[in-house]
Amino acid sequence: MAGLTNTLAGLDPLFLNGVTLEVLIIVLVKVVISFGVLLVSVMLMVWFERKLVSDMQNRIGPNRAGPWGILQTLADGIKLFFKEDLQPDSSDPFVFKLAPYLSLIPAFLTFAIIPIGGNFSDPSDPSKTGIITLPDWLGGESTYLQLADPPVGVLLFLAMSSIAVYGVMLAGWASGSKYPLLGSVRASAQMVSYEAALGLSLATIFLQSRSLSTHDIVADQAGAGWLGIIPHWNVIVTGFVPFVVFLIAATAELNRPPFDLVEAEQELVGGFHTEYSSIRFAMFFLAEFMNTVTLSAIMVTLFFGGPAGPILWDGVAWLWPILWFLLKLFVFLFTFVWFRATLPRFRYDQLMDLGWKVLIPISLGWFLFLAGRNVVDDRWPNTNGSLFSVEVLILLGITIAILTVGALLLYSAIRNAAEKRELEEVTF
Amino acid sequence: MVEIIVFAVCAAIVLVGAVGVIAARNPVHSALFLIQTLFGMAVLFISLEAHFLAAVQVVVYAGAIVILFLFVIMLLGVDQAEDLNIEPIVGQRFIAFIVGAATFVLMVATLAGSSDAITGQRQATGPLGDELTDNNNVRELAEALFTDYVFAFEATAILLTIAVVGAVVLAKRTSGEMLPVPQNTLEIREADYQARVDARAAELEANAAAAAEAGEDGSAEASSAAASDDDTADDEMADAEGGDA
Repeated sequence: MAGLTNTLAGLDPLFLNGVTLEVLIIVLVKVVISFGVLLVSVMLMVWFERKLVSDMQNRIGPNRAGPWGILQTLADGIKLFFKEDLQPDSSDPFVFKLAPYLSLIPAFLTFAIIPIGGNFSDPSDPSKTGIITLPDWLGGESTYLQLADPPVGVLLFLAMSSIAVYGVMLAGWASGSKYPLLGSVRASAQMVSYEAALGLSLATIFLQSRSLSTHDIVADQAGAGWLGIIPHWNVIVTGFVPFVVFLIAATAELNRPPFDLVEAEQELVGGFHTEYSSIRFAMFFLAEFMNTVTLSAIMVTLFFGGPAGPILWDGVAWLWPILWFLLKLFVFLFTFVWFRATLPRFRYDQLMDLGWKVLIPISLGWFLFLAGRNVVDDRWPNTNGSLFSVEVLILLGITIAILTVGALLLYSAIRNAAEKRELEEVTF
Repeated sequence: MVEIIVFAVCAAIVLVGAVGVIAARNPVHSALFLIQTLFGMAVLFISLEAHFLAAVQVVVYAGAIVILFLFVIMLLGVDQAEDLNIEPIVGQRFIAFIVGAATFVLMVATLAGSSDAITGQRQATGPLGDELTDNNNVRELAEALFTDYVFAFEATAILLTIAVVGAVVLAKRTSGEMLPVPQNTLEIREADYQARVDARAAELEANAAAAAEAGEDGSAEASSAAASDDDTADDEMADAEGGDA
């Protein structure tokens, strides 16, 4: 029993005194809130995306349902719900019905590990380590503002994103039709390829924060860094490269433009969900946007300090971290829409080249470099992370030399392979 | 109590999945049953407090290996239900049955002969660290892998790389000398296609001529009757379409 509680809760103080009815109610409220927040955010996200894309294309966009068309998604959802549900004769009946759930459920589960609030500003003060204490008339319990803090934390996100591949893959296969099948084969190859780069850039975070738990990672980024103004966020501490790799790989994992080969309309009709209609199609749609929101939240958590930020007015101190979190989230959601509105789609070979020959080597090299820096910090603690001590300079020299040799080897291998292909007159 | 319920549910999931893998006729369904088994195992790992193992089980096995199985199944188009009455290798089923039974007997003998069959104690020397302190699962595993077992760990990594390179080399090997693809591939293909079309046309013509020669007496009438039947059917279909329109 103790084992199971630890598994679900991690170090959340809510469970320290055993599971009582109060605790159970708090957990249920958290589940309902995060479910509701995610659904509402998807609704707003679809509207925001359509409105923003139409702005960038000099159109008006949705403007009928509700003020500024903000209820358009709701109207679309109701319409989809009442449409006829079609199932092709040649489909595999059970797998066809199973696939939408395999897309949707991982999208929900990933959001559970994200801390959306709590004051993380001072690790030495127990009330400022992300713990929220409810007022006495609500029971006075202390808890984290996140649904679950499992010890494997971010690995849960990786596991869920690898399960989400099945939704797309099985949907394409079970449709029993050729365009969905092509879409799903593309999807599985793409998602598996970019998962490697995703995992490698995450490894630099684990190395920096020395923990897998999202709560610990956020707590590790709290406080001011260099010069007292620049925040101690992982995006700066790990030197931007892992973040850029993560952003690109995340866009590919989401199958969003410019990586939307899975549902390239000009080539594959609708891609893996061509044969889906009605509520099953709505589930895929929901999962896609939910994943966008969740991955943006993951990026905020891992690289941008999560809910960290200055508390400008003490009156509603608990609200500020949530506001900061939402603001950062909004920046990423905007970025994803911006990508979609401005970048043309990749060709399939360009996609594979970028994943295997650029992103994976870069993130691997950067990971080794950061590991080397950590070794210096461990062996010669008196350098205090300073950039210009002798040891750090020696390390930098050795690292750059090794990485240059590695990069040259890789480059020559790629060139060699390209020449061979040309000799054999393969056209791709 | 909770642990017993979790164990019972997971055991059922794992067993149903395992039987499903070999009982399902469609390879894709087999792969799905395999995922079910892997998930059940992951939950069992969690109830044994091996969180990292559970996460890796899902990420690596369910997330990468079974995906690759499915990818190959879809790419090669072998996702049809197979006729199990045909035995591809003669005697294979009989031998497989004997080996399976022998393994089962061996496993039961090992379990019955080990110490925990009597005392009910697990043979682990202790838990893999405590979640509430720094010494958690991940740290313990990492320390073991990168200190005591670093040589085995690196050797495994190199072995896997060699396996990948070997697979590529084997797959790329061509018999005989490599010849460049001719410049005018398309013309050659077109000529080849045209030749085959011509041959087929000639064959059909010859068949028709032979049939006409052989069946001067009654088959000609039969064929004309069939043709008229076809005509009426076509007319009916045209009518139906007209009515719909």
